[in-house]
Amino acid sequence: MNNLKTFSMGGIHPDKYKITTASLIIDAGLPETVYIPVKQHIGAPAKILVQKGDKVKVGTLLADSDGVVSADVHSSVSGEVLKVEALESGSGYLENMITIKVEGDDFEPSIDRSEDISREIPYTPEQIVQKLREAGIVGMGGAGYPTPIKTSLPEGKKADCLIVNGIECEPFLTADDRLMIEKAEQIVIGAKIINKALGIQNAVIAVDENKPQAIEALSKITRTYVGVNVQTCATKYPQGGEKQLIAAVAKREVPSGRLPIDVGCIVQNVGTVFAIYEAVMKNKPLFERILTVSGDACRHPANYRVRVGTPVSYLIEKSGGLSEETAQVVLGGPMMGSSVTNINAPVTKLTSGVLMLSDKLAHKGDETDCIRCGKCAMACPMGLEPFLIARLMRAGQTEDLRGAHVLDCIECGCCAYTCPARVPLLDYCKLAKIELKKKK
Amino acid sequence: MDHVILTSMAVLGGIALISAIILYLASKKFAVSEDARILEIDAVLPQANCGGCGRAGCHDFANACLAASEEEFGNLNCPVGGHPVMNKIAAILGYAAVEREPTVSVLRCNGTCENAPAKIMYDGVSSCRIANHISSGLSGCPDGCLRLGDCVKACPFDALHIDEATGIPVVNEEKCTSCGACVRICPRQLFEIRPRGKNGRRVYVACRNTQKGAVARKNCKAACIACGKCAKICPEITVENNLSYIPPAIDAERFGTELAKACPTGAIVATPENADE
Repeated sequence: MNNLKTFSMGGIHPDKYKITTASLIIDAGLPETVYIPVKQHIGAPAKILVQKGDKVKVGTLLADSDGVVSADVHSSVSGEVLKVEALESGSGYLENMITIKVEGDDFEPSIDRSEDISREIPYTPEQIVQKLREAGIVGMGGAGYPTPIKTSLPEGKKADCLIVNGIECEPFLTADDRLMIEKAEQIVIGAKIINKALGIQNAVIAVDENKPQAIEALSKITRTYVGVNVQTCATKYPQGGEKQLIAAVAKREVPSGRLPIDVGCIVQNVGTVFAIYEAVMKNKPLFERILTVSGDACRHPANYRVRVGTPVSYLIEKSGGLSEETAQVVLGGPMMGSSVTNINAPVTKLTSGVLMLSDKLAHKGDETDCIRCGKCAMACPMGLEPFLIARLMRAGQTEDLRGAHVLDCIECGCCAYTCPARVPLLDYCKLAKIELKKKK
Repeated sequence: MDHVILTSMAVLGGIALISAIILYLASKKFAVSEDARILEIDAVLPQANCGGCGRAGCHDFANACLAASEEEFGNLNCPVGGHPVMNKIAAILGYAAVEREPTVSVLRCNGTCENAPAKIMYDGVSSCRIANHISSGLSGCPDGCLRLGDCVKACPFDALHIDEATGIPVVNEEKCTSCGACVRICPRQLFEIRPRGKNGRRVYVACRNTQKGAVARKNCKAACIACGKCAKICPEITVENNLSYIPPAIDAERFGTELAKACPTGAIVATPENADE
């Protein structure tokens, strides 16, 4: 039928609900107070440098990365540090956060706030990596892997393929889509910067076919840039997964337990690439991001530019308040995001969306018995057998889970979505991973 | 005809003879010599295979008993069978039995529906270990009981059940063998094996929340706020990390009621409830 690129194994086609595709990115403005967590990435929490009473500006370094796998955290507002203590995060557990009372909007003088596009890259690869480290850039697709590590090649490894991930396959979310439409050239320059850091000649911006405007905007720009191409992919969930995207675009398979670099690929989300552009060319640390506020119970869905640390409740108010139908507030996409127990939790570098879902979408319905139809195994993009993992987990046979390769699970939720018996397969897979990691 | 019958008898007989010789030799060569006492010990053990002793099962424990020297034997214990069983094993092995205090599992949380009312709705899998991974739970207390009963499912002796009125699990003292299955399964380590105490008199802090007093109390009325009143009564009590801990060795008969009365939030539980009446 169509021969657009996609991954071959598994995948599903959930309803898109992309209701905010046409709405321009709006500045969300400044809340009264922000709560900035010191751990917004994979790895060690950053070391706190400020204390109560300190005056900070937008872009001031608040916490320094602790070790290699860690990232700097900067202030997203100007004002006074009120508290440095553990506060309730979205999951209800305590996390160390820096509370800042907003006063005015003073930027650090080093940040270039002009709208002009800088096209020349005058830096060496080492300087680029150093700038990314100082700007606290992390993978903004959701995992939060510190970007400086990804942009410096490990010894003996070679990369020949940069894939910029503009897939955004989660329902509802349109932040990356809008970013590609409005900041196409910056993204292309960002890709060139990564190319320079890694010594790669080519970059592919992968966009799925349900984003025609983004494809058009990017294609127009890439005509003038050598070595950057736009690749249209078929729409399928979870095409935005790193391993799935490599399979789709480069036709390579990342072996179990290995990284994309082992097959010569680097994947960066468009949000990250834009942040890289701003960090390198504009000296701007990562303190704000684009996110979608949406959901079937949301009164005024929109795409916002939000400062890190803004409470979710502020964004909800901005979008017309919490409607009566809202049964669940989700941070991230509906497939992989997590429901929050506390709407005063802050937006982090990794929050791609705030969704207000009604009971119809939030409630899965009661579980019935597995009829062994095998739909979950057909839908699993990693080729696992979720029904088997769930059974092993229920029976407590944790020693057999390794053989079921549960550690390869990417937690995309295709299995649970497709299950006609509404068995919470994903929950069992997640639990299995925790139990296995505990045993190590 | 005779010839055929005789030949076949001779051939089959020959095969049988050769097989018998091979089997005999194999049984000699690969013989497993097992101490006969293992079977005796096995017969004495409860055969619940609960793993409470830390071994894979009762047979494994029997092996361990046999392998142990008299000194090491003193460290072995079958929590299910208790002293009588260990006495019998000691008799089989010819060792002197070591007297051990009987123990029981206690729940170190008092986050009942009343003390720690639910703030959120949870419609995920009915498993504490999964819920623990998703959020801090119904009441918001990050260290409290999740009330989904993984411990009830894990208990091999049917000694635990969820009290419908309070929502939290209750230990049936008569059935509990302190095998430790609940200790191992609880994602928040709320169970503790403690001495049963004389006449069932025990005293312990039914809270593991390490948040500051005011924060902890927001989620649960019965949270330990680390005020230190208990430590004033009995200096052996430690108050660390915003949480007080009563060591199991404390004299519950002497201090129990006094401590429970002194605790302003009711986090200290003294059993039995009507000790002084």
